[in-house]
Amino acid sequence: MEQKRHTDREYEAELGRVRDNLLRMTGRVEQMIADSVEALLEGDTDLAQKAIEDDHKVNRLEVDTDDLCLLILARRQPLGSDLRFITLAMKMVTDLERIGDLAVNIAERAVALSGERPVGFESLLSRLAELDQAQLRGAIEAFVARDAAAAEAVCAADDQVDRLYLELAREAQEKMAGDGGVRIERAVHLQAVARFLERIGDHVTNLAELVIFLVRGKDVRHLGKLDDG
Amino acid sequence: MRAPGPAQRRRRRTGERLFFLLCLASVLVPLAMLATLIGDVVLDGAGRLSWEFLRGTPSRRASAAGIWPALIGSLTLIGLTALLAVPVGVAAAVYLEEYGRRSRMAGIIEVNIANLAGVPSIIYGLLGLEVFVRLFGMGSTVVAGACTLALLVLPVVIMASREALRTAPDALREGAVALGATRWQAIRQVVLPLALPGILTGAILAVARALGETAPLIVVGAVVFITFTPDLGSQYTALPIQIFNWVSMPQKAFLDNAAAAIVVLLVVLLLLSSTAIFLRNKYQARL
Amino acid sequence: MSPHRTSTPGRARPKIVADEVTAGFGDKTVLRAISMEIEENRVTAIIGPSGCGKSTFIRCINRMHEQSPIARIAGRVLLDGQDVYDRSVDPVLLRRRVGMVFQKPNPFPTMSIRDNVLAGLRLTGTLRRKAATEVVERSLGQAALWDEVKDRLDDPGGSLSGGQQQRLCIARALAVEPEVLLMDEPCSALDPIATARIEDLLHTLRDHYTIVIVTHNMQQATRVSDRTAFFLGGDLVELAATDDLFTRPRDPRTEDYITGKFG
Repeated sequence: MEQKRHTDREYEAELGRVRDNLLRMTGRVEQMIADSVEALLEGDTDLAQKAIEDDHKVNRLEVDTDDLCLLILARRQPLGSDLRFITLAMKMVTDLERIGDLAVNIAERAVALSGERPVGFESLLSRLAELDQAQLRGAIEAFVARDAAAAEAVCAADDQVDRLYLELAREAQEKMAGDGGVRIERAVHLQAVARFLERIGDHVTNLAELVIFLVRGKDVRHLGKLDDG
Repeated sequence: MRAPGPAQRRRRRTGERLFFLLCLASVLVPLAMLATLIGDVVLDGAGRLSWEFLRGTPSRRASAAGIWPALIGSLTLIGLTALLAVPVGVAAAVYLEEYGRRSRMAGIIEVNIANLAGVPSIIYGLLGLEVFVRLFGMGSTVVAGACTLALLVLPVVIMASREALRTAPDALREGAVALGATRWQAIRQVVLPLALPGILTGAILAVARALGETAPLIVVGAVVFITFTPDLGSQYTALPIQIFNWVSMPQKAFLDNAAAAIVVLLVVLLLLSSTAIFLRNKYQARL
Repeated sequence: MSPHRTSTPGRARPKIVADEVTAGFGDKTVLRAISMEIEENRVTAIIGPSGCGKSTFIRCINRMHEQSPIARIAGRVLLDGQDVYDRSVDPVLLRRRVGMVFQKPNPFPTMSIRDNVLAGLRLTGTLRRKAATEVVERSLGQAALWDEVKDRLDDPGGSLSGGQQQRLCIARALAVEPEVLLMDEPCSALDPIATARIEDLLHTLRDHYTIVIVTHNMQQATRVSDRTAFFLGGDLVELAATDDLFTRPRDPRTEDYITGKFG
């Protein structure tokens, strides 16, 4: 879809910087998810440390992007799709930063569990992490392409994330109840990690809903759960 | 660009100063000449100015001559001229400016008015003679003279009034019409009051011109020697004519008389102009 | 004093209906078959780039357009259901029902403040002598100017500041008790504070008058109007509730204009 440019080139550049920041944040947190889960499964404390430090860059991007959006609101008084873009950029940044924090949480558990034997449902964790990454990529591609249908697909796929998480939770419960040789502590940590990954999935769904609002102008959040006052 | 050096600066300064002095000279020189002329006249005539001179009638003896009939004649003439020329002139200007702005006829009229303003005044005298004195049967009276002069100054009044009307911004006319006024209501209550200073100035200019005219009056029959106070139906004379008559006499005493009469004429002119300026400033201050 | 504008009110009945209005000057067409409704007791804003016909459109409503000798117009403009271009309608009387405020304040300079306010009534010969004082106070009060000038009503109209002059023009228009008020970029010659005063004024006037405001300032349109029409090149591109038009416009041309992607 051919996008017209703003007559004021400085304004066009400012919007471009916001867009670039969002893309960079997304790329970074996606990497953080991959790194922290791999660190967990391989027992690689160096990789976990890298993920934790990467979060500083994500925080920096959050602060910078919020500042930039504030300036654009003051200077340009945006309307129409520009207004929706700026307001949702500020929200997207919050969701992305939370995803980053959750990845850090995973990395911290990786450090705590390093040097331990695997417990059995690590492959499920790996699949859940990959699903999260794919969802994230899907949401950001929908954002770049302004494709509401793709964003809707991401929202719908959240069911898969939830199901995978439930399966993981069940496995963990069984292992903890049945196999006496399993360190309960490890199972508890892994269950926590699964929860983190499920919450990452929820944040990604938020992102997708915001993309639908950007493209269509329709607010699809909390459908069916709004109080009509 | 390099900054000018000291030599250049000096040259530029002297050039500036020269230009300034030239402009100053072109104002002061004519003023000085005028002052000299007036001073000369006043010196010559001041001695003759007296109440008897003003109230007296012309006589073969210079010392007994007075300008009363001429003064009355002039004042009556300019009064009647103003009464005739100003309403007609303003009405014509209103038509041209407000109603007929884009019509062909208005354009033709406009061109001709400018031409008429430049026609030699004696032509108006000839016209007045044929139309007012003979055709309308007015005879050689003040009324005929005033009609002739009114025609003469009409273009001046029309042009000055048009300029005055033009100074009223269109925004005001639009504002009045948008309130629900008709064209005429808008003109009468909004535009004319605004144009009043300019119209007054034009009227005074016209009257001042009429005051000084000699040739056309002679053609329509103003006489030179009157010993009674003229009225609307009688023969009459005017100050410029009286002055002209005295100046052509050989005796020096009559020259003094002429100088005194000129002084009176100038005083009347000065009074007229001052009134005009006073009135114009008074109305201008409101804006 | 009325509170701030509440969220978009419901639809009101149409006070003015434009039906295929086409207008121009000489052989230049400025408006092309415009059809739209203007609701009663609401503020309708008209936005669009220069030359799109917005000023011409409102001048067609009070028949000021035909003041120009080369103006031409086709179509109907209905005020309360009656075509204002019908033969039986006197434009002079029409303009007493439909008032107008111009871009550059134009108080009558030869008149005092009091006389300016009464000018509309005097010009048309409809002033009742006894009612004069009351009319002056009411109109200046409605224009939020009474407190500032009540002690100097005899000062000349031109002695006020730009913003005050414009409010004086509004008072003058209101004194005639019109039903509709047309405003052609009323704030573009004013500083931000004067602009804010007039925008505040519009909130209270809304309850009693139907207001149509032409503006090139989109933020102003968002602040003061209930509905907004976007004109482009003589066409009506979009007419919608203001809140909707500026946050999620339907037509891509509207989107491009309000986000500054033109030119």
